[in-house]
Amino acid sequence: MSTYAIDAHELTRRFGQFTAVDAITFHVEQGEVFGFLGANGAGKTTAMRMLIGLLVPTSGSATVAGYDISTQAEQVRRRIGYMSQRFSLYEDLTVQENITLYGGIYGVSDRDITTRTGGILARIGLEHAGNELVREIPLGWKQQLAFCVALLHRPGVVFLDEPTGGVDPITRRRFWELIYETAAQGTSVLVTTHYLDEAEYCNRISIMVDGAIAAMGVPSAVRNQFGAATLDDVFLRLTRPGAGV
Amino acid sequence: MKAFLGFVRKETLHLLRDRQTLAILLLLPLIQVLIFGFAVRTDVRKIPIAVVDPTPDIATLELRDRLAASERFHVVGVASSSQNLETQFRAGSIRQALVLPSEVERRLGRGDSLLIQLLTDGSDPNTGGIMQGYATAVIHRWYGDAAPAQDGLRIEPTSRLRYNPTLESSHLFVPGLVAFVLTIMSAMMTAISITREKETGTMEMLLVSPIRPAAIVVGKVIPYIVLGFSGVILVLIAARVVFQVPLRGSLTLLLAECGLYIITALALGIVISTKAPTQRTAMIFALAGLMMPTMLLSGFIFPLDSLPGWLQAISFMVPARWFLVVVRGIMIKGAGLATLWQETLVLLGMTAFFLLVGSRKLAIRLS
Repeated sequence: MSTYAIDAHELTRRFGQFTAVDAITFHVEQGEVFGFLGANGAGKTTAMRMLIGLLVPTSGSATVAGYDISTQAEQVRRRIGYMSQRFSLYEDLTVQENITLYGGIYGVSDRDITTRTGGILARIGLEHAGNELVREIPLGWKQQLAFCVALLHRPGVVFLDEPTGGVDPITRRRFWELIYETAAQGTSVLVTTHYLDEAEYCNRISIMVDGAIAAMGVPSAVRNQFGAATLDDVFLRLTRPGAGV
Repeated sequence: MKAFLGFVRKETLHLLRDRQTLAILLLLPLIQVLIFGFAVRTDVRKIPIAVVDPTPDIATLELRDRLAASERFHVVGVASSSQNLETQFRAGSIRQALVLPSEVERRLGRGDSLLIQLLTDGSDPNTGGIMQGYATAVIHRWYGDAAPAQDGLRIEPTSRLRYNPTLESSHLFVPGLVAFVLTIMSAMMTAISITREKETGTMEMLLVSPIRPAAIVVGKVIPYIVLGFSGVILVLIAARVVFQVPLRGSLTLLLAECGLYIITALALGIVISTKAPTQRTAMIFALAGLMMPTMLLSGFIFPLDSLPGWLQAISFMVPARWFLVVVRGIMIKGAGLATLWQETLVLLGMTAFFLLVGSRKLAIRLS
């Protein structure tokens, strides 16, 4: 049993002739914030979908929270949280109803749901909005709420698929504070993002190009490795080799 | 189990909060009953009929009285020759004409054969046939009474229509409407509610969670089963109160068969939802793939016997066709399971098949 939160080995996924994810090997430590970077279509979402059990790997193996994704999917499901890039709460249910629903699905006891709900609402400043329909609260708060709901059952690993798409810089900052607080409590975070300034906030990052990991490490080390001033430059050099920055 | 109940509660809330859809779903059956009941009639009343009677006498007056007394006929006029009939037919002022020979009374007395001409507007073949039937019945009854019994022995066939002696069309369409309402509520709404979660991305959240796909589907359909039953009961009450449609068989059996058909339709809805990526596609699939066959190939509107062979073959695959036989059997004929077991078995088989296909599709959705 792996002691890493995520431990992927030669993980591969092919769709017909097309190799979306090409034998990637990486691990994520307990309590680490790991950034998954790459252009659209580089394979980061496919890789994430394999790790959370929405896609079956063509070959290779991985463990998440210590359990094998192929043979112990049920165990994995109980121990992960997930927030998709599409907003994933029910708009026609109230904040409280959404929390209760997900709590119930993950087998959180009623008492814990009640206490945790108070904590969540206080944390993101929605104390008075418990009985409001989700469609009526602003997008930035919805996303913070979705994140907290994904953490309701205290998962060991949480997967965030482009969580900050379409929100203002202040809310993005607030969102990253939430991510840090979560990691500090021992939950590992795997986050995909397009924003390279956000990548600097991660403990470690990997940059995927054409399904393979082209660079991986602490952000400063990755910059140094390519002799680049910013991750932007690294990213451009990797994704457009002809550009010659 | 708690997760499952929470899920059912959530699905019920979706349904209750979407007031517009809920109102449409509950009003639709009632409106359908009223429209079909009042507007789409295949039984005919007040048929405008002209009588050509060259030599009126006691016998022909008796026949004319009988026509006039029947609420099915409205005697537009009596003429002495058939000259103007054609123009009247064309103008639509008459739909039927009865042309009597001369000296009817005397011929009857002599025991001569009597040639009576009955002309019917056949531009709508269904009503044409019905009108012809009505008129023939009146003439036969009149002849039976008017012609003196000869040689003491006569063969008199008396015909009676069983189950629906007055040919009320409401008796025919109400069972079809039950099938129609259940198809919309169960199949279409299931397909839409599952594809809606795919569209909004919440389905992913559910698939990532420990809740089993089977629990998702069952939890989703339970509120629609309740809704489907409410729809059926509304249709039955409306049919009874407004159109006096009888329920001759067992109500329990009828509701049980409706329950079976609801599950058939739900299973179809699930199959559709695995194929359709969006709510819009699901709706089109449900409309074209289910509602049209339910309307046209089940015997609801067009009699199955009049379909060409290949369409009849297709109709065997339409669940509503079998369900309709069952509902008509129970409601109109008072039939029990002893006579309807074959149709029930076919429905059971279809349900099992669709459930199997649906759950297999759901199972491989991940790969």
